[in-house]
Amino acid sequence: MELTKFTVCQAADKIRKKEISVPELTNAYLDRINELNKKIGAYITVCGQEAEKQADRVQKKIDNYEELPIIAGIPAGVNDNICTSGVLTSCGSRMLSNFIPPYDATVIKKFSQNDAVLLGKLNMDEFAMGSSNETSWYGQVKNPWDLERVPGGSSGGAAAAVAAHMACYALGSDTGGSARQASSFCGVVGLKPTYGLVSRYGLVAFASSMDQIAPVTRDVADCAAVMNAIAGHDPLDSTSQDCRNEDYTSFLKNDVKGLKIGLPKEYFSGSIQKEVKEKVLDAAKLFESLGATIEEISLPLIEYALPVYYILSSAEAGSNLAQYDGIKYGYRAQQFDDLVELYKKTRSEGFGEEVKRRILLGTYVLSSGNYDAYYSKALKAKRMIFEEFQNAYQKVDIILGPTAPSSAFKIGEKTVNPIDMYFNDAYTVSANIAGLCAISLPCGFDSNGLPVGMQLIGKPYDEGTILKAAFTYEKNTGGNGGIDCGI
Amino acid sequence: MEYEVVIGLEIHAELATKSKIYCGCTTEFGGEPNTHCCPGCMGMPGALPVLNKAVVEYAIKAGLATNCEISHYSRQDRKHYFYPDLAKAYQISQCDFPICRNGFLEINVNGDKKKIGITRIHIEEDAGKLIHDESGRGTFVDYNRSGVPLIEIVTEPDMRSSAEVKAFFEKLKAILEYTAVSDCKMQEGSLRADINLSVRPKGQSEFGVRTEMKNLNSIRAIVRAVEGEARRQILELEYGGIIEQETRRWDDIKGESYSMRTKEEATDYRYMPDPDLAPVYVEQAWIDEIRATIPELPDDRKNRFINEFGIPEYDASLITASKPLADFFEAAAKESENVKAVSNWIMGDLMKKLNDTGLEPSDIPFAPGNLSKLISLIDENVISGKIAKQVFEHMWDTGEDPADIVEKKGLKVVTDTEAIRSVVIKVISANPKSVEDYKSGKTKAMGFLIGQIMRETKGKADPQAVNRLLKAELDEL
Amino acid sequence: MAITKEDIERLADLARLNLTPEEIERLTGDMETIINYSMSKLNELNTDDVLPMEHVLPIRNVFREDICEKSFDREEILKNAPEKAEGCFLVPKVVE
Repeated sequence: MELTKFTVCQAADKIRKKEISVPELTNAYLDRINELNKKIGAYITVCGQEAEKQADRVQKKIDNYEELPIIAGIPAGVNDNICTSGVLTSCGSRMLSNFIPPYDATVIKKFSQNDAVLLGKLNMDEFAMGSSNETSWYGQVKNPWDLERVPGGSSGGAAAAVAAHMACYALGSDTGGSARQASSFCGVVGLKPTYGLVSRYGLVAFASSMDQIAPVTRDVADCAAVMNAIAGHDPLDSTSQDCRNEDYTSFLKNDVKGLKIGLPKEYFSGSIQKEVKEKVLDAAKLFESLGATIEEISLPLIEYALPVYYILSSAEAGSNLAQYDGIKYGYRAQQFDDLVELYKKTRSEGFGEEVKRRILLGTYVLSSGNYDAYYSKALKAKRMIFEEFQNAYQKVDIILGPTAPSSAFKIGEKTVNPIDMYFNDAYTVSANIAGLCAISLPCGFDSNGLPVGMQLIGKPYDEGTILKAAFTYEKNTGGNGGIDCGI
Repeated sequence: MEYEVVIGLEIHAELATKSKIYCGCTTEFGGEPNTHCCPGCMGMPGALPVLNKAVVEYAIKAGLATNCEISHYSRQDRKHYFYPDLAKAYQISQCDFPICRNGFLEINVNGDKKKIGITRIHIEEDAGKLIHDESGRGTFVDYNRSGVPLIEIVTEPDMRSSAEVKAFFEKLKAILEYTAVSDCKMQEGSLRADINLSVRPKGQSEFGVRTEMKNLNSIRAIVRAVEGEARRQILELEYGGIIEQETRRWDDIKGESYSMRTKEEATDYRYMPDPDLAPVYVEQAWIDEIRATIPELPDDRKNRFINEFGIPEYDASLITASKPLADFFEAAAKESENVKAVSNWIMGDLMKKLNDTGLEPSDIPFAPGNLSKLISLIDENVISGKIAKQVFEHMWDTGEDPADIVEKKGLKVVTDTEAIRSVVIKVISANPKSVEDYKSGKTKAMGFLIGQIMRETKGKADPQAVNRLLKAELDEL
Repeated sequence: MAITKEDIERLADLARLNLTPEEIERLTGDMETIINYSMSKLNELNTDDVLPMEHVLPIRNVFREDICEKSFDREEILKNAPEKAEGCFLVPKVVE
């Protein structure tokens, strides 16, 4: 148990000092997964044997004093919508419950190049659609802070695993806030990179114009280390940016003097849990005391972000999920009379209700006659939202707000009315729509002892500034006050 | 009532790039099923498309060669429908912003010149192939062809007859071959046409209801389909029926079209800009670069052949309709002193052979120089015209040098006067009746005797010598 | 904006989904709520002079060179196929 308490950076240090070995560390995690997975449900697939082999390989390099990146030898979990060659990649869905990709996602290839150790594939809302990890074919993931509550979603498995020390860090995915909101519910750090910064090749598509792979870590320093390994241009992804390669760890400075932080008034006026609002405003005060300037800004278009998100993401989802038909891979219905029946039965049996709901919505907004009024209109609103942020960044460097309107809610509490569930994304979707970078980090607890998260949203490619601000906050508050979920 | 037929074409041409449009798999034709595939072209989760630059270049080239405007901005869109040969359940195509627009081709039908408008040319990916299982297990799906790049050329409904359709199609095919944009091998499916046809009473300005016939893959089928469908529609209307807007399948063997199972739902493709692909911006400099690579096009080549080689317009037109054929002619003509003969052989025996065997000019199984040599053998009187035809056949079968064939088969014209004379005498004595007929004025009898002599000499006797010697012998009798 | 059961049935057909009567009932209500909420909000915005934004990034002309790369082995392409025969994916007989 003890070995699993180290962060990536701490473990990396101890490994190099030969205080701990990679195989030891890996086995500690595998033991912990064994101990807790039935309770928490974070993993769909555990790659015990392969992880041990990888650990041995890396240890040999360590023994030879080879210079290796920080994440080398550090055991991680990966969202089950990221393709791993030879390992089940199910996207939390019955539709892909038997799908073994013959290829690796680019980030997985980078994992190999960086000598990471892959512990297994993490549970998630089906095809990344959801905010509570209640739609997975593989069952509910529980929040390690309170097993009766959701871990958030769709990257619930990733956040729960990191919080429960079942992985040293994880790669989740974030399309509407999936990784950030789950990180906020589980008291860990989640970063959605600027759109295009991390390759989507091998990430099973949900909403192509907004999907990004997101590091989920225990602290900000770890997040920077993981970003170093996974960010960068990929010729296999046409939307991948040819941007300058940064060393994200160079931004880990305890300094926010002169930083202009915007507080959108619209973020604090809606239905938001009182304690969430308090904790975020406390954070603002802290930044101010450290030399940053807090400026109230107005982003009136923020209230349109959710409808824009749901229209655009559903349309793209409907399109991206059309290829699941029982012909080339995946689930196939048993009984059917003809081709049309094959399609209908396979898709109806293979997909869960939330996925079907979004596919229908997506089909609707793209139908002939609806395109202009719905889809095109949403694309226009998207431009307006994008420009509003652009203007805001003329005045401020980063934007501060809550990650989610509340702390983790109880399992089953929000599944009656879909709109209730959708409101969980209210604070996070804008960053996906406008392609901005955004990090969620713990900023306190509510009266139930549940973690509360705050979000720092930065300009495109300005991960450096939000990392610096986040790091500074951590350094001046001891992260979660050094508290972990205790499971 | 007189009816006017209105026809528009949608032509799909596979581009002659080495690799597919969105991935690095080969575009090679054939190959064992599913051996030219990758996660991208067979629609595996997580795969992403990256546009092959050559596809854009070829499309621009085709546009320039057909007088189109090249769009400064163009975009790829997803066209959604469910069918097993469509791996991603959407085809990446171009809907609102195609790469080329507003072009035309000028056709010439029996001296009448006419411009046929080209509405647009856009790039898209081909689908895989469905293969029917004889043993009834179902249908097989092969994704080798999935992702092969296509351009779709859409014409205005400017054609009014099967002759115009043929002329347009052949001209377009020639241009695609000349620019090497497509190999246009119709039998391999790299060039296919959909026909949109309607009829209307002559003088009416509104279009009638149109039907669509898809995937015709030979010029002959296209012509027959146009004529067949026009006839069907006219008959239908004359008998008081109505034309349904539908897709029909043309059965070239039966010479009839059949209504395809009408799907109740109208195809709503739900076009959506593809979020995985960047828009294409084409600057003038790039257009100029591509324009400079366009070779001499059919019309220009035709005019040059007329001027340089002195062949008539008709011949030049026919020969330049196919680039490989024009290449063959030019190479043979350059090596020959009798260009007219080269042209005649090509337009006569060679084209007949191509028609009979169904081969394309690019498959002519001997070198152009061989034809030039064959012609000089005739002109030098080494072989007769008749024997030359035999040599031609042999050349086609073996690709051998005609001089070698003549040597090996001993086909040289026999000019030895004495040898011929002895055959003449032999034939005369064997056919007294014919000799008598000739003497009594039936000149046709001479032809018969010549025939017999040629038979005796297995066609090798020099016809002029035979004529001379026979006449001489007969006159002495 | 009324979304009817027929609308949902038509959409389900387009998307190749079978829905039970309960599902149709439920989804009709859900869709109506979501659509009405979304569109009533979006229609508050005047987008007359705004161009649709397809990409947030200023990407253009992203190409690959026309070079052939080795394809995947057929075994890997077919490995996940639910039904296969003779090197191909197998589907029920398709009537043209």
